[in-house]
Amino acid sequence: MHPAPSIIAFTTFSGLGFGLLFWLGIDPTPPSGWVGFVFFLIAYLMAVGGLLSSALHLGHPERALKAFTQWRSSWLSREAVCAVATLTIIGVYAACLVLGGWHVAPLGWLGALLSLGTVFTTSMIYTQLKTVPRWNMPLTPALFLALSLAGGALLAGRVTTALVLLLLAGAVQVAWWCLGDRRLSQSGTDIGTATGLGSRGAVRAFEPPHTGSNYLMREMVFVVGRRHALKLRAIALILMLVVPVALLLLPFGHLLALVAVLSHVAGVLVSRWLFFAEAEHVVGLYYGAR
Amino acid sequence: MTDLPETTDRKMGLVIDLDTCVGCHACVISCKGWNTENYGAPLSDQEPYGADPSGTFLNRVHSYEVQPETGPAQLVHFPKSCLHCEDAPCVTVCPTGASYKRTEDGIVLVNESDCIGCGLCAWACPYGAREMDAAEGVMKKCTLCVDRIYNDNLPEEDRVPACVRTCPSGARHFGDLGDPDSAVSQLVAERGGMDLMPEQGTKPVNKYLPPRPRDRWTDQSVLAPFLEPVAEEPRGFLAWLDRALETL
Repeated sequence: MHPAPSIIAFTTFSGLGFGLLFWLGIDPTPPSGWVGFVFFLIAYLMAVGGLLSSALHLGHPERALKAFTQWRSSWLSREAVCAVATLTIIGVYAACLVLGGWHVAPLGWLGALLSLGTVFTTSMIYTQLKTVPRWNMPLTPALFLALSLAGGALLAGRVTTALVLLLLAGAVQVAWWCLGDRRLSQSGTDIGTATGLGSRGAVRAFEPPHTGSNYLMREMVFVVGRRHALKLRAIALILMLVVPVALLLLPFGHLLALVAVLSHVAGVLVSRWLFFAEAEHVVGLYYGAR
Repeated sequence: MTDLPETTDRKMGLVIDLDTCVGCHACVISCKGWNTENYGAPLSDQEPYGADPSGTFLNRVHSYEVQPETGPAQLVHFPKSCLHCEDAPCVTVCPTGASYKRTEDGIVLVNESDCIGCGLCAWACPYGAREMDAAEGVMKKCTLCVDRIYNDNLPEEDRVPACVRTCPSGARHFGDLGDPDSAVSQLVAERGGMDLMPEQGTKPVNKYLPPRPRDRWTDQSVLAPFLEPVAEEPRGFLAWLDRALETL
């Protein structure tokens, strides 16, 4: 799949933002006043910024409100509804904390639950696609949730929780890569079933429909990034897991924490780039590619 | 709502004969011609005369080589457009309700004024039947020429999809695949019509008729004995020339 920068930014930053909102929501002693304001501001900038960046890749962003209507059948619509519900509920919760210093715990819990729901619905947009076997497995929502919770804990300054969750997210990530590599062949879809000619012999794409490229090939048959996939996986893991964990184990300092956060974000961005670049869409089979 | 209908009254669709398709691409051209100037946004081209031309097409013809275990390889021309699936994954993923499957005839359509151009339906389609128009920013797909097949202003023989009307080899058939007595259903039953990627669970309405078995190289012609070479070795002057050139 084509790794569009807008979608990579959307899934990465909204994941981190909603992860932070989750931890702020369940915090028994949440930050209030100016400190609280800064925490909520960071979370909202990430969550809303991510959502806005996803609107950037739309052909008609001015019609985006229509995307709230089909929550009964569409995961994308559910994600939009969930995101707005979360931001509204947590907005009220944050306003109470920042302006009045009141801690309305049940509102925070509801917001935290909705935050997880938003990350889950985001992951389901990709997980539901049978056409991309690498995404179409239960471990995909687990990966999104694990990264969001770990990143959120890191941003919220919960050192011990972050350490445990970072290691857990790293394990899920490695498992996701290992299982994902086998998904296309396990799906049973190949050029033989795509053309229905597989029982007659070995099928080879002889001539493409057009001499030039097209939307399908640009969008779904992206193969450039796969050459360095293994190196990029190592880089992603070092940046999002090894560096933050090492820094968290050192005596706490705000500068070290900042470096840990930046390194983690960079690592998740690389991982998310691979999430798209490595994903094989079955339509590629019609073009003799994978 | 972009829920799929439980059942449709009819299942209008195409039957494509891979045995008779000659790969002329006439269906591609007539499809683009009709659909760029009728229903919905035009099918734009980008740099049509430039170095890297590309454009929106609702129907594309691939060619595949099938190499059996024994015998010669076979070339199969393979037109591909929307299969108007019964369990269309492109419809249920749509967040705005722009994509829908009609209850009356099962045709899958896009309401372009509701489409936000997110592209998720194209991702959900295993067949590459949907293409985002780069100029218009909305999703385009085969409409089964919904503006031809019910069009009373056209002569009756023209009330079929443009691709079917234009096919010079009769490789494309149009009809109700939900009616077991229709001509297309009979054809599918007779020729062993098949689904593409059945494991994807989309239940396509369109069917493909597999190529018929070809003659084999091993088959001996009855004329073969009479076509044996008469002289294996040259004689006379040619034999001398052959020897002389050999010794040079």
